[in-house]
Amino acid sequence: MAKFNLNINGKTQEVEVDPSTPMLWVLRDHFKLLGTKYGCGIAQCGACTVHLGDDAVRSCQLPVSSVGDKDITTIEGLSEKGDHPVQQAWLEVDVPQCGYCQAGQIMTASALLEKNPNPSDEEIETAMNGNICRCGTYTRIKKAVKIAANSVNA
Amino acid sequence: MTLIKTKIGRRSFIRTSTLVSGGLVLGFNWLASCKNKTEEEILAMPKEWFELNSYLKIGDNGVVTITTPNPEFGQNIRTSMPMIVAEELDVDWKNVIVVQAPYHSEKYGMQFTGGSRGIMTRWEPLRMAGASARYVLIAAAAQAWQVPAVEITTEDGVLYHKASKNSAGYGEMASAAATIAIPEDVQLKDVKDFTIIGTSHKNVDAKDIVTGEPMFGMDYQKEGMLIAMIEHPPAFGMTLKSVDDSAAKSMPGIKDVVVIKSFKDDYEKGGFDVNAFPEIVAVVGSSTWEVLQAKKKLKVEWQPITASSEMINGFRGKQTKNIPAGLESSASHKAKMEKLGGKPGKIVRQDGNPKVAFKNATKIIERTYSAPFLAHNCMEPLNAFAHVEGDKAQIAAPVQIPSLILPTLASSLGIPAENIAMEMPRMGGGFGRKAYAHYVVEAALISKKVNAPVKLVYTREDDMTNGIYRPSYQATYRAALDENNNLTALHVKAGGIPESPLFANRFPAGALDNYIAEEWSIDSNITIGAFRAPRSNFMAGAEQSFLDEVAEASGKDPIQFRLDLLKRAKDNPVGEQNDYDAERYAGVLELLREKSDWSQTPANVHRGVSAYFCHNSYAAHVLDIRMDEEKPVVEKVVCAIDCGIVVNPDAATNMAEGAITDGIGNAFFGELTFKDGVPQKTNFHQYQMIRMSDAPKEIEVHFVENEIAPTGMGEPPFPPIFGAIANALYKATGQRHYRQPFVTEKQIVG
Ligand code: FES
Ligand code: FES
Repeated sequence: MAKFNLNINGKTQEVEVDPSTPMLWVLRDHFKLLGTKYGCGIAQCGACTVHLGDDAVRSCQLPVSSVGDKDITTIEGLSEKGDHPVQQAWLEVDVPQCGYCQAGQIMTASALLEKNPNPSDEEIETAMNGNICRCGTYTRIKKAVKIAANSVNA
Repeated sequence: MTLIKTKIGRRSFIRTSTLVSGGLVLGFNWLASCKNKTEEEILAMPKEWFELNSYLKIGDNGVVTITTPNPEFGQNIRTSMPMIVAEELDVDWKNVIVVQAPYHSEKYGMQFTGGSRGIMTRWEPLRMAGASARYVLIAAAAQAWQVPAVEITTEDGVLYHKASKNSAGYGEMASAAATIAIPEDVQLKDVKDFTIIGTSHKNVDAKDIVTGEPMFGMDYQKEGMLIAMIEHPPAFGMTLKSVDDSAAKSMPGIKDVVVIKSFKDDYEKGGFDVNAFPEIVAVVGSSTWEVLQAKKKLKVEWQPITASSEMINGFRGKQTKNIPAGLESSASHKAKMEKLGGKPGKIVRQDGNPKVAFKNATKIIERTYSAPFLAHNCMEPLNAFAHVEGDKAQIAAPVQIPSLILPTLASSLGIPAENIAMEMPRMGGGFGRKAYAHYVVEAALISKKVNAPVKLVYTREDDMTNGIYRPSYQATYRAALDENNNLTALHVKAGGIPESPLFANRFPAGALDNYIAEEWSIDSNITIGAFRAPRSNFMAGAEQSFLDEVAEASGKDPIQFRLDLLKRAKDNPVGEQNDYDAERYAGVLELLREKSDWSQTPANVHRGVSAYFCHNSYAAHVLDIRMDEEKPVVEKVVCAIDCGIVVNPDAATNMAEGAITDGIGNAFFGELTFKDGVPQKTNFHQYQMIRMSDAPKEIEVHFVENEIAPTGMGEPPFPPIFGAIANALYKATGQRHYRQPFVTEKQIVG
């Protein structure tokens, strides 16, 4: 057990856990930030995606001890009012079916647009390929990413 | 207007009280505290609520709460079901708040999600709920204004009496309306007067989903809640022998390790009490990571099961199920299937004289199709919250059919069913898997043993290797052609492990003078169950691939070939048991032919067509493949569906897009094999799922417009996609595809 001070969604929070604990479980079990989802635990599905600094990372494979003072952003902290351009585009296209994968999809998409505000179809596919949607909403996700890109660039 | 008896519905319209006080319940109780309501939301909250029936209550300010009865797993019934109520109530959709019903069969009837029956079975009751509430509001206004009720009209939640120039919002009349008896029968709107139904409405949960609000069973929280995880046998055909839990118990954060037995010895199982591993070990602790670590320290010995047979009391009455002993492998499954497929099966239907027709045939085409076991792989792994205290239990879990797990829970816990309260949180996918809710029983037994609220969480590996899989199937089709290449007879023989996929009375039965259908099955100890469009999800692909090949041999266009058969089935059907409507079937094909511009195949793409009837609806696809060197890329899918009235078109479109994508994924990659009883894939690094780059670049969905009451929607577009892919792949590669999966490691395997 060790104590960690973590910067999560703009707030510093303390937690005492085993250093090997993945951020996914720190977020869900200890901070009750339940938007970040468990899907596979082995960095294959993207349901647990959060931002570490500016990067989209799989929190199931991110030990709490490796975070240091980097900022962590979860879906709850992506925007104050749920109105990040990516979230808005998701609403406009009405992307979700069951919704379980969508927080991860949105976190991956928002990190992509941060780095590449005008991605091609292929670049979108490459960035989003790590996120599984079992319900098959991919065509809508792609459309929403493009709408978000346009509104970011507008 | 349709006059409709409320009788059947009246029982489900029981009012708990005429006046319901207390605040707005948005979402689940356990979350209410998580969220601070905005000022606008507080202002909009009525001071008093009046319950007009069990589906709806109206606030004094006209805000309407509609309770949606069935559990949601992504088909968006939490939007479309309330839309049906709102339509007949005649209320502005903006003033509607949707609340999820808890499980309460007395009030809400059969609350389930499966078989594409949700909207179909709720269509009348939900319309009646809205219409009967509108009736009592009108009656209240008639009394207040002393005018005849027939002269009162409604629009967007306002009552009008033109002659006396009276008007009032529903909120103003709600208190008086709540005291008026629900009528014997009510008038329903004409389809042409619908203003909400048939118009796309956004998913009521979308905002909560995109902001990460907790809403899934996996997100359930309760003070003092512990986390439980299971250890189940590593192979089908194995069971628990002994457990040494000393190392696990001494791990940090661990409260207990318990062994649970899911069924009482004398319990008569229902059809959905499927459970390969009724005896398992559970590790219970204060956090997920700690429990995961302790799980690794368990020392469990397993032993082979002995062969048994049990009586199952399912939908088809009592049936004996044989569970053989032994550790099964896919290689031996294949050998057994090939052997049995070559022998005569049980004849289920025979028309005309197929024997003679085949004897006289100029040409016989015979092809065998097969498909492997599939895992459901819902994005949300299985989980369940349970809190058992004395003779009471509280459950919150993603479950498709709560009513079917209730008797099992009651028996296993030894408490009366009425003492069990069940909430139905949103499911992160279901696809049939969450109809088999053994995990709820497990969670409850664990809670009882450790005497605390418990959330049981399956790891992805548990979820994939403790499956209730789509069975492995095989079907052999034979066609007899005469000297003019006309199809004169069809023979289908289908079977599987452990059930046959055959639907003997489906198309093209009814369109052929000579037809024979046979089936067979092989017992297995690998547990199987419903998977999106059970059995159809295999038969459609086999049948539609075969018809494509026969059409080609007959020198006919594949769509015209099917239409000709359907014309025969409509004009002069053979047999009386045909379970499809040939006219509606032909209708989707005609719509598809038009919308896909069938005669104009775009450059560089290869087209396949396929159509199927299941779950009371008709769906057909044209699928375009482009070859990127060796890799097939699905450029576009055009889909036509006849599912009667479409309540929420954009949501239905989303579901069809999902079914198409899901079907492509499973046709290309879906496969679970076994070796010595052990599932050979445990997680997504081995089980290939469809990802964005493999999904169609474009999907177009068209609905046949008619005024038929809604039929199934979630499943029907799924089965035919398998045939569309196979037929397009043939065009692209010159090779027919008989064995699923069609693509592995990005290579077409044929
Ligand atoms: S849960 Fe982390 S990638 Fe799947
Ligand atoms: S919406 Fe269900 S997994 Fe993506």
